[in-house]
Amino acid sequence: MGRYVARRLLQMIPVFIGTTLLIFLMMYALPGDPVRALYGEQSVDVSQIAAIKAEYGLDKPLWQQYINYLTGLPQGDFGTQIASRRPVAEVIGEAFPVTIRLTILAFVFTVLVGVSMGIVSGMRAGRKTDTSVLVITLALISVPSFVLGFLFQWLFAMQFGWVTPTVQDSMNVGQLLLPAIVLASLSLAYVARLTRTSIAENLRADYMRTAVAKGLPRRRIISMHLMRNSMIPVVTFLGIDIGSLMTGAIITEGIFNVQGIGNLVYLALSRREGATVVGIVTVMVLIYLFVNLLVDLLYAVLDPRIRYV
Amino acid sequence: MRGATHAPWAACAVALALVVTACGGGSGGGGSGDAGAVLSASWGDPQNPLEPANTNEVQGGKVLDMIFRGLKRYDPETGEAQDMLAESIETADSQNFTVTVKDGWTFSNGEKVTAKSFVDAWNYGASLRNNQRNAYFFGYIEGYDKTHPEEGEQSADTLSGLRVTGERTFTVKLTQKFSTFPDTLGYAAFAPLPRAFFDDHDAWVAKPVGNGPYAVDTYAKGSQISLRKWDGYPGDDKARNGGVDLKVYTDNNTAYTDLLAGNLDLVDDVPASQLKNVRNDLGDRYLNVPAGIIQTLAFPYYDEKWNRTGSEKVRKGLSMAINRKQITETLFVKTRTPATDWTSPVLGEDGGFREGLCGDACAYKPDEAKKLIREGGGLPGGKVTLTYNADTGSHKDWVDAVCNSINNALGDERACAGNPVGTFADFRNQITQQKMSGPFRAGWQMDYPLIQNFLQPLYYTDASSNDGKWSNKNFDEFVDRANQESDTAKAVGLFQQAEEVVRDNMAAIPLWYQNGSAGWSERLSDVELNPFSVPVYDQIKVS
Repeated sequence: MGRYVARRLLQMIPVFIGTTLLIFLMMYALPGDPVRALYGEQSVDVSQIAAIKAEYGLDKPLWQQYINYLTGLPQGDFGTQIASRRPVAEVIGEAFPVTIRLTILAFVFTVLVGVSMGIVSGMRAGRKTDTSVLVITLALISVPSFVLGFLFQWLFAMQFGWVTPTVQDSMNVGQLLLPAIVLASLSLAYVARLTRTSIAENLRADYMRTAVAKGLPRRRIISMHLMRNSMIPVVTFLGIDIGSLMTGAIITEGIFNVQGIGNLVYLALSRREGATVVGIVTVMVLIYLFVNLLVDLLYAVLDPRIRYV
Repeated sequence: MRGATHAPWAACAVALALVVTACGGGSGGGGSGDAGAVLSASWGDPQNPLEPANTNEVQGGKVLDMIFRGLKRYDPETGEAQDMLAESIETADSQNFTVTVKDGWTFSNGEKVTAKSFVDAWNYGASLRNNQRNAYFFGYIEGYDKTHPEEGEQSADTLSGLRVTGERTFTVKLTQKFSTFPDTLGYAAFAPLPRAFFDDHDAWVAKPVGNGPYAVDTYAKGSQISLRKWDGYPGDDKARNGGVDLKVYTDNNTAYTDLLAGNLDLVDDVPASQLKNVRNDLGDRYLNVPAGIIQTLAFPYYDEKWNRTGSEKVRKGLSMAINRKQITETLFVKTRTPATDWTSPVLGEDGGFREGLCGDACAYKPDEAKKLIREGGGLPGGKVTLTYNADTGSHKDWVDAVCNSINNALGDERACAGNPVGTFADFRNQITQQKMSGPFRAGWQMDYPLIQNFLQPLYYTDASSNDGKWSNKNFDEFVDRANQESDTAKAVGLFQQAEEVVRDNMAAIPLWYQNGSAGWSERLSDVELNPFSVPVYDQIKVS
């Protein structure tokens, strides 16, 4: 187990370098000079451009810029925003707590509601409850998240007045609830369907018959035998999903005016702040890698036949 | 990002009424205004730190306009530059100025505003190493070529043209005669700075200190800045409300939704998708007035095709083939005003704006357009391409509309076509490298409301923003004479003569003036936009 984890951690290094390099190159490959673009329509002296480039090391060859970036990372140095002159680490540090809250809320919602919907409909496969869950999830999958966002905003804020239409304080968990539900709805539908299929299938498995034959209580059969075995595909999906919940919130964050990572990426991209984009992607890549490792380790917990050496 | 949402207005009005009473806690609830009440307004995260000489966009400008007062201030209504901190600005030769600062002004931290506060601030702004985006504002002051050379490193840290001669007086020496120079001093870049700015710059940027009617209370970067009325403000334009909370919105649709729901008092950028509903939603609480921004089509005069005898007829013909009225009304839903000169209505008649100066050349006359283009030798190569950047400002829509209009007027389906360039950065690159082969999108946002600013930087030979490299001796001469003229009215007259030269040659085709807009809640009254399209927050009354 320990050796497996160590090996996986080591494997992360080339993946990490590869992805950051790719993003770095992509930002660099965009046409036009980002420093010149800072000045918009106004004219600017050559000396000014040169001075700014020298200050941020943008006058160096690309490989050197990348190496500088990589060597700064372990010390928490993500570079500096050209226009605002703020350290990128600080900028990300402000938006991250918001996104983490939003993601955790959305994730918990997905797991709780999604899995229970899946179990209920899986246990009653083919009956009315099942059909209605299938219809609801179908609707959630086919409706784009921004439509749902505006719909909820209109319904809960404008009609019922339960919440404010936008998030007033991005750190307030209560206010983040509505955007979190909108954000979670798509994953929720997938999780419900995955769980349903898995449960419906495993209900007919041999070990289930054995468990029933042994005379185990029904609750124990479902929670220990059925659930545990049915969760593997769901956990795989959730592992990937946590990443897309974090980065995929751009539209939802926009609708509800949440000052999170999604908004930050959008702004950084429109302003061609390469360092910020690379910084955010770097953090995301790290999160993806660790969550994936966690998911793989979870397999062993769920299915005792899986052993990591 | 832009999705359209529109809730039935009746529901919104109900929600609005509910929330307004709920939000109004603490305010007196009277009709005339509560001097202690705080209003909330939409904001965008300013790209640059809030340094006066480093802010040239509206978002940062909003804050600077609240926390700073300079030597002059532009009247929100007429755009006229009036003395603020300046007791007097005297000159005998339009080149050497003596400035006397009024007594009794302090920064909100108690420090006195002296001549040195100005000189230090201007030197900071003009120094290359401080990377200030408005550095070019100091370009007329002697010694700028040393502190901010076009190429290479700076050889001086301070402007030799600035000298402190007393606690409240300093002199300014310019490199050329520039009679209207004092009128430029209302711009934020010329604001005075306290010592705290230089001594502990990081702390200052985190919480700016100025000398305006408001002081920064809290500043959470990226989400909100809270400004509160500064009770010790010595000026006459004291804030009429208790303060302003500027909230960051990444999407102006969201801000508009919040306004309708009563969570926000003021939006100064009504989203295009809501323009059809805005009268229904807000009634009279909506403002849509021309701003100091003009959109034009510039021409590449370095390309011989556009710089031969007779090509001014082609340009004039193109101008007359554009149906400005129709495009501004249908495509822009009246958020643009058809241009009839090369300046902007914000200047006012006295400032040099002359409606209809362009005359027939800016009117839609398809038959004459056709005739003129034929007389001028036809379109170079039989067609024109309009180059624009496709990433910002939805330029594609209006470029296509302009081309359509030209094609219809000329009766040739292929006379005009748009030529999108992927990014703005690339678009600028191609312009500076003189790679344009036909007309291209140009826009000018004024630095200060002076006719000089609409002409000299754009059309003077080799001027900083003369992207098309247009050059005309007569024009240059009129501008030079205007700058030497000490009488403002006469100077403006000379600038208008220069503008007539631009018209006669159709150096650039004026398209339309951009409008600034604002919508507000029922709590507010006396909302106005200044010439820079920034709401005049200190005048707003909150009930």
